[in-house]
Amino acid sequence: MTHEHFDAIVVGAGPSGNAAAYTMAQRGLKVLQIERGEYAGSKNVQGAILYSDALEKIIPDFRDEAPLERHVIEQRIWMMDDAGHTGMHHRSDDYNEDRPNRYTIIRAQFDKWFNRCVREIGVTVLFETTVTSLITDENKRVIGVQTDRDGNGIFADVVVLAEGVNGLVGQRSGLRRELRPEDVALAVKEMHFLPQEVIDARFNLKGEEGVVIEAMGTITDGMVGTAFLYTNRESISVGVGCLVSEFAKSGEATPHGILDRFKNHPSIKALLEGSEIKEYAAHLIPEGGFRAVPELVGDGWIVVGDAGHFVNAVHREGSNLAMTTGRLAGEVVANILGSCMTCTRDNLQTYVRQLEDSFVMKDMKKYKNVPRMLEQGGRHIMDLYPRLLNRSAQTWFRVDGKDKKSKESDILRSARQARGLTGLLGDAFKLARAWR
Amino acid sequence: MQIFVCIKQVPDSGQIRVHPVTNTIMRQGVPTIINPYDLFGLEQALRLRDRFGGEVTVMTMGPPMAVDSLRKALTYGADRAVLLTDRVFAGSDTLATSYALSNLILKAGETWGAPDIVFCGKQTIDGDTAQVGPGIARRLGLSQLTYVSGIDDMDLTDRQILVRRRGDHGVQVLRSQLPVMVTMMEGSNEIRRGTQADALRAARAEVVKWNAATVGIPDVSLCGLRGSPTVVKKVFAPTAREEKAEMVATTDQSPVAMADALINQIFTRQPALQDDLLRQAAGH
Ligand SMILES: Cc1cc2nc3c(=O)[nH]c(=O)nc-3n(C[C@H](O)[C@H](O)[C@H](O)COP(=O)(O)OP(=O)(O)OC[C@H]3O[C@@H](n4cnc5c(N)ncnc54)[C@H](O)[C@@H]3O)c2cc1C
Repeated sequence: MTHEHFDAIVVGAGPSGNAAAYTMAQRGLKVLQIERGEYAGSKNVQGAILYSDALEKIIPDFRDEAPLERHVIEQRIWMMDDAGHTGMHHRSDDYNEDRPNRYTIIRAQFDKWFNRCVREIGVTVLFETTVTSLITDENKRVIGVQTDRDGNGIFADVVVLAEGVNGLVGQRSGLRRELRPEDVALAVKEMHFLPQEVIDARFNLKGEEGVVIEAMGTITDGMVGTAFLYTNRESISVGVGCLVSEFAKSGEATPHGILDRFKNHPSIKALLEGSEIKEYAAHLIPEGGFRAVPELVGDGWIVVGDAGHFVNAVHREGSNLAMTTGRLAGEVVANILGSCMTCTRDNLQTYVRQLEDSFVMKDMKKYKNVPRMLEQGGRHIMDLYPRLLNRSAQTWFRVDGKDKKSKESDILRSARQARGLTGLLGDAFKLARAWR
Repeated sequence: MQIFVCIKQVPDSGQIRVHPVTNTIMRQGVPTIINPYDLFGLEQALRLRDRFGGEVTVMTMGPPMAVDSLRKALTYGADRAVLLTDRVFAGSDTLATSYALSNLILKAGETWGAPDIVFCGKQTIDGDTAQVGPGIARRLGLSQLTYVSGIDDMDLTDRQILVRRRGDHGVQVLRSQLPVMVTMMEGSNEIRRGTQADALRAARAEVVKWNAATVGIPDVSLCGLRGSPTVVKKVFAPTAREEKAEMVATTDQSPVAMADALINQIFTRQPALQDDLLRQAAGH
């Protein structure tokens, strides 16, 4: 029996794998994609924000067919204490545009659609098949994959590792090190079903408008983490995520405990009232930033998406980086094979250079100090400052016969008491430097 | 040997939710699966093919998206898949479905050879009627072997099959002349995991797509809503019962001990019942 041979094998059918497979097939390559789930999206945590730009560059008219929920017209950022929140809301009718910039989506449906496009453009896709290891030749060049189904290996000129955050295939083959607990967040998410009209009324929306709430504060018990709420058409996604290392440190906090706390917070509870819950499993998010990015290319292999640690935790961008890295990798591979060259490490370096020139690496670099800053000063940012902020707001807004000047000094005094002047200045300095 | 397996794509009933307020079924995002009962037929078909040679053709009548289920059946190892899809079939009840499927089977028989065995699921998890298989058998004049728990033997020269059938009071061993329509009991086997070659072949295979015209349905008025005398009056979620369930714990987990504990509990609460039973027992 002759061996199966493809131009490229893509491991995984998430956004990055789909982007890579689509791009390569579009350029005439013979592509095999292997996904361990029952279908694309079956292993993916539901409810997310889709950033149009990255997808437009792959499927320009995706809006005609992709299962989109609502386009985002309002962003709320909240600092929560136990009783309430202080925050910023940004809403604009400008977002009601022909080609909206951000959408809420349900990943299981979206990934399935994206993968159908991938199949329609000619990619052969195997489901319920797990890649167990990479096959290498005597020069350590990757030449194919082994799966968990009975049979021989499947061979290809290049293997695109789009396997998501765990990166087990790469790890097992010694292409990357194990994930560090301080580089990954553990997130849990739920869907709360509600009639469309109820969601529209609760969030002041009409038509297909949507709202995103991002929150941090005392709900995470001082652990570094965030919570979010997205409006879908007939459901609301809520979730929280904290660094795995923080859970380990805490010993008793659990993701579900924190999610419960978030859902029962006075600011959130009313928004979810009367909904029917569907719970989803937990998922990891790579949040180690630039310093955690592994080796991205080697002889016969290339890494994209979460497997490459491409997530901008500050802006909560992941799928767009996944799609962009997948597309760029696909383009580079197609160019190499199209000009009858081989996918050596040197040739694949073009991909790394292109990433450096794009927003992907520029943003990763911009925030490269944020994880470290949070590791050191996280407790204050997650707990102390939200409390201070909410207390100050109350001091300021309560009308109680006290003059405004005294109120101002009360606010300043309580801040200084809580953290000390040097502490405050130090935090501001560290934040500014990490942000730079 | 030609074996046909009828399958149906159904919503995964484990994931259907009923809206607490409106009491309606919420279909949004409910994944579809192959009707689990059909898989026992498919596995049995594959085993017969592996033993006696021949081909396994999976078929379904359904919407275009049912192609996913057919492809999955190919991944398990079926040789070919046929989808009968057409607007005229929309809204079919079991009568109209068995009509459509019988014609599909006739057409497939003309194309690849008449089937020796047609497998159907014992019932579906979304309709639960168990009528379609027998309906097909009746229309095509196939012997009906329902609730089969195992196929003991088959003789292709004598064209005979020997099966075990789950009856009301035991197991029947039945011999029948081929061709037959068989529905398999759940738990009679376990669907295999297709090989890598099966998976690759399935991913690349063209699922044959036919419509009412290609199959040559003799009378379209017997299809779909028009051909369906069944009317669904209402779908609702049963309301939860008032009385609460109660856990009876025993330290000894043997059936006898558990039965004892239960009976004691019942008799403590209804002493009259105990007296009654004792009297009756004495009377006998
Ligand atoms: C709770 C949560 C909320 C998020 N919210 C957002 C958001 O709002 N917006 C946003 O842009 N990003 C968000 N992200 C991040 C985003 O989900 C990821 O960045 C994105 O999914 C990465 O895509 P990927 O293709 O690299 O990996 P994945 O989506 O993880 O896909 C990897 C795929 O590979 C498959 N696979 C893995 N190993 C194997 C193997 N050995 N063989 C075969 N298949 C394999 C998996 O089954 C999976 O389907 C969120 C993440 C989480 C956890």
